[in-house]
Amino acid sequence: MKILTGNDLATGDVVWWTGSGWSRHVEDAADVGDQGEAIAHAEEGARRVNSPYVIDGEQSDSGPRPAHIKDRVRALGPTVRPDLTLKPADPDAANRVL
Amino acid sequence: MYRYDQYDQNIVDTRVAEFRDQVERRLSGALTEDQFKPLRLMNGLYLQLHAYMLRVAIPYGTLDGRQMRMLARIAREYDRGYGHFTTRQNLQYNWIKLSEAPDILADLATVEMHAIQTSGNCIRNISSDQFAGAAADEVTDPRPWAELLRQWSTFHPEFSYLPRKFKFAVIASDEDRAAMRLHDIGIQIVERDGTFGARIYAGGGMGRTPIIGKEIKDFVPVTNLLSYLEACLRVYNRHGRRDNMYKARIKILVNDLGAEEYARQVEEEFAAMETLDIDPPLAEFERIAGYFAPPAFDANAPDEVDRSDPDFAVWVDQNVKAHKQSGYALVTISLKPVGGIPGDASADQMDVMAGLAERYSFDELRVTHAQNIVLPHVKKADLYALWQRLSKAGLAEANLDLISDIIACPGLDYCSLANARSIPVAQKIAKRFSDAKRQRELGELKLKISGCINACGHHHAGHIGILGVDRKGTENYQLLLGGSGAEDVSLAKITGPGFDEAGIVDAVEKVTDVYLNARTEGERFVDTYRRVGMEPFKEALYG
Repeated sequence: MKILTGNDLATGDVVWWTGSGWSRHVEDAADVGDQGEAIAHAEEGARRVNSPYVIDGEQSDSGPRPAHIKDRVRALGPTVRPDLTLKPADPDAANRVL
Repeated sequence: MYRYDQYDQNIVDTRVAEFRDQVERRLSGALTEDQFKPLRLMNGLYLQLHAYMLRVAIPYGTLDGRQMRMLARIAREYDRGYGHFTTRQNLQYNWIKLSEAPDILADLATVEMHAIQTSGNCIRNISSDQFAGAAADEVTDPRPWAELLRQWSTFHPEFSYLPRKFKFAVIASDEDRAAMRLHDIGIQIVERDGTFGARIYAGGGMGRTPIIGKEIKDFVPVTNLLSYLEACLRVYNRHGRRDNMYKARIKILVNDLGAEEYARQVEEEFAAMETLDIDPPLAEFERIAGYFAPPAFDANAPDEVDRSDPDFAVWVDQNVKAHKQSGYALVTISLKPVGGIPGDASADQMDVMAGLAERYSFDELRVTHAQNIVLPHVKKADLYALWQRLSKAGLAEANLDLISDIIACPGLDYCSLANARSIPVAQKIAKRFSDAKRQRELGELKLKISGCINACGHHHAGHIGILGVDRKGTENYQLLLGGSGAEDVSLAKITGPGFDEAGIVDAVEKVTDVYLNARTEGERFVDTYRRVGMEPFKEALYG
């Protein structure tokens, strides 16, 4: 599957294209197929996202996730600061994500 | 410490207003990202792995208590309560909102700080010896020279779009605490016949092509320093490659031309510049130097230290160094607690360090390229009280220059360029060697980790270096041995095939075991490596 990601223009937050908008949670990501570049262009033009790009994704038990470790770290947050990740209540999140 | 004059303050304030307008235009859509990116980078604002990252310049690593308190306040109000001190003596915030960046820069400007030229293909923050003005072995304080370079290089119109970024380091002692020869231009202030001048090294650097800088001039008087450096930059700006960013640094040019030919061209340019009269008068240099006059030391301060508390004595032996003034000492505050993140400090810790600088060190702090903090002028009589307060704040790790005093770049946990994580490897190694006696038994051992080939973690200069790479989507770590960024500068060599995260920790332990078995009296790890060569280490690693 193909996933579209970028950063929120104003806040810099990592965001994922859901099919109708942007979410901070990778589990909400939609398979954009071959439409990623077109969506990215339109969304960047509308100033809803900064520097969007398409990556390979894969299905996991908890939903879509990036195929490459770099974007999995982007999806989670720094693995060395579990208190700053999107799931701070889950100390094992880094191990499962990686 | 140098203080801004009205001119300095005006240009920084003007830049803040200019950037505020640029951010507003970006958020309104008047500027595209392609248009805005070079503008934000000129103000130290990157888009990193998780968010915008702001790199704040700390000129030659020197700051005072109010500046450190401001860094703490910004961490607390605009970021997530901490900052990361870098190998270029700067500070990085990892969670900045674009919409708030102008307010942060405005706050920084109130304490004579900024983020200008902490990115881009320009002359970056001038780095220097963290013990400047206090080291017993320096011929003079190198910081007036560094400040002169800061003023010359700030907004220098000819050097704002160089082929690549450009880094200076200035030291004034034979002992090199600033990795001077691994900078684009390294400057050592020397004394000759009663006058000071600069010995110039060019073409050093790490990254994907590590090269040790070569001496191109043995003595440039301060009255000609800027015109000589201007000539160095002009030759680079003219001939440095712009077709390939990986071959664009001055080290490639100097290597391709040969140091002698590069020096010859610099001399030619230098001679042609004599009539331009760009050097400031000596009086201006002396005006700058006046800001760095020694503080009012107590000439009667006692030299004795009560070492009856054994934990305190260990810290003194490891983290306290000789000062040029009797009765005083140089204190390094380690930002490398076992299990911590190298170089990170919480806002609360920054406030504590600011308060301790004000109370015990004439209101001065220094950031080291090894990602620690120095209090440069502490009365020996105050060391015990200082240590007690550091201990309460979790800042009294007694591990300076030991194996757990690891330089580590942010790596894949924060950096969009990284291929592998650096911090978890540093944490695991520090935990493996957490026994303090074991660390001291190993002695001076500089371990440096980079998460990619750009080498921000100085792995080429590590007695033990570790380079994280991406091997088919998996983190892999190469081990290097024998590097040094000090006066015995050398580049580390790769041992062989890489290791996974657990394997690299075991590998480090194996090479330290080889060292312990092979060393002779007084040898450091790197000395033993240089004597016995790579083979015994390879044998232990790969059998």
